[in-house]
Amino acid sequence: MENPLLELRNITKEYLIGGGLGLGKKKSIIAVDNVSFSVSKEKPTILALVGESGSGKTTMSRIILGLLEPTSGEILYEGRDVRNWIKKDRKAYRRNVQVIFQDPYSIYNPFYRVDRVLFKAVKKFGLASSSKEAQNMIVESMRAMGLRPEDILGRYPHQLSGGERQRLMLVRILLIKPKLVIADEPVSMIDVSLRSIFLNNLKDLRSRLKMSTLYITHDLNIGHYISDEMMVMCHGRIVETGETTSVVKSPLHPYTQGLVNAIPIPNPRKRWKDTVDIEEVTFKELLTQRQRCIYTHRCPLVMPVCKEKIPVLIEVEPGRRAACFLHPEVLEATKSQ
Amino acid sequence: MEPILAVEDLRVYYNSIYGDVKSVDGVSFSVNPKEVFGIAGESGCGKSTLVEGILRLIIPPGYIKTGKIPYKSTDLLSLNNEELRRLRWRELSYIPQGSMNSLNPVLRVEEQMVDAITSHTDTPKEKAREMAIARLKEVGLPVEVARMYPHELSGGMKQRVVIATSILLKPSIVVADEPVTALDVVVQKGVLQSIANLRDNYGITIIFVAHDLAAHAEIVDRLAIMYAGEIAEIGSVYDIFEDPLHPYSKLLIAAIPSIEKDVVQGIPGLAPSPLNWPTGCRFHPRCPYAMSICSTEDPPLKETKKGRHVACHKYK
Repeated sequence: MENPLLELRNITKEYLIGGGLGLGKKKSIIAVDNVSFSVSKEKPTILALVGESGSGKTTMSRIILGLLEPTSGEILYEGRDVRNWIKKDRKAYRRNVQVIFQDPYSIYNPFYRVDRVLFKAVKKFGLASSSKEAQNMIVESMRAMGLRPEDILGRYPHQLSGGERQRLMLVRILLIKPKLVIADEPVSMIDVSLRSIFLNNLKDLRSRLKMSTLYITHDLNIGHYISDEMMVMCHGRIVETGETTSVVKSPLHPYTQGLVNAIPIPNPRKRWKDTVDIEEVTFKELLTQRQRCIYTHRCPLVMPVCKEKIPVLIEVEPGRRAACFLHPEVLEATKSQ
Repeated sequence: MEPILAVEDLRVYYNSIYGDVKSVDGVSFSVNPKEVFGIAGESGCGKSTLVEGILRLIIPPGYIKTGKIPYKSTDLLSLNNEELRRLRWRELSYIPQGSMNSLNPVLRVEEQMVDAITSHTDTPKEKAREMAIARLKEVGLPVEVARMYPHELSGGMKQRVVIATSILLKPSIVVADEPVTALDVVVQKGVLQSIANLRDNYGITIIFVAHDLAAHAEIVDRLAIMYAGEIAEIGSVYDIFEDPLHPYSKLLIAAIPSIEKDVVQGIPGLAPSPLNWPTGCRFHPRCPYAMSICSTEDPPLKETKKGRHVACHKYK
């Protein structure tokens, strides 16, 4: 694959905590730990990034959007260094990479009509030559996303439901036509009955605009529904990647297995048969002991080697990567490093 | 079986300058002893108001317009504050929404639990402390948690502390309002199982309120689906998931994304406003099966077969 659309190379982000007022010791928390992945240019893909809270999902999205500087590592967009590009021309990058945030209630300015987010986008990126054309484009895009312009234009944010506000963000994306969208938990605050409408709209955009999406979520049910490929993140590291259905149906990493087992299935005949025993891990441990597999504290299959080395993420089955010593390839690759 | 608690035509309204906000508008159901009774519905359907109504926690501008809540030969709505105080924790206890934030940040877990015991019974402090520690162990927490402050605990642990507190005085009913929202999947599973265990191990009746139908599928015995301040349907959890009768329940169940499904469909239209519910059946503007009668007459909740209630004109 030459020049993927987006490529992350060994991205690490550390946050410094403590040491305020010159007191106490400064410590660092590693939110994203040596993460590398890429999004294909040829095939528009919805890539789900799945992980629990604190796994570094949002930090990663902010790094890709250029809202956070990584501590080390490189991000390339079509082979171009994103950090330099953003410094020179943020707008051009935004034209290509757009975002949908989690909270549809706080992204709108309550004093302005909702149309503004659409007209602003048209104006800023010079999408239309006249205001008449802009109006037409907006109306057309809204219809394409199944929204009725007469119900929405001219309204204020508080008059719309969370689902409508989030779908308006999709309308905005349909106007801008970016090549990549970062969607950070976009439906977690929307009602179930409206969620699937949003998700189906987003799928529609993939084929309509040939657009790829990095879909960040903690909900495997949604991740499975929306995505073609899946990456599973645990405490800042990617532990497994692969085609979505195969990852969910036959996880290669015990962490993924644990997540899949914990998904509540909306079918009372398929209740959980096992129980979880949560051994909570303290922050301190993760702070100091990272020279090992990050899942050792909860892994039911933990081996001595897991506490000594960091497993590398390599392909263990065609199209599937996992970072777990249960796979002999991983052990070999780690040793030869 | 005699129900342990019943709700009869409960109406809880909020005063507002635009008129009454009819959040809970004529809800009736009964809960059997030792069952896990689920209440599901989307945001704004009145779930939380219903729970607060049952527990008599409604504060102005909210008020209880009409209704009866018979519980063991008394009507909860007829009790005065002192009588209610005696009932709380000992008979009825509550795991509130966002209960992770309901712990006092400046008290150790143990002190808060001892407080709950000593203010409702004459138990000596030493004995109360033992009880607190025993309950913490029962919900799967290590003993050290007793001496910790809330900020030292993770979300799931705090939630378990609240569950342990709710069963300190061995109540007959525990009402849990969205106890697992905002928890990670693995932690959510653990907390849901701890709640189900309250019934399995102590025979406590549980009223479990959540918007997440998958959580209901995991632990409840009977389920009520709420829409727009009313109950759309009540039945065993198997009936509701396998053969939903009300069009809203049908569509809602079809709308849940699951790793077992490839296609999900949303419900077009918007949830109505409690200030101004639609006339007739409140779901008719969004209902694909709506008939002319639906827009004029509100269908009553009727028993279609034993233990199965539905409010829809399709089933006459």
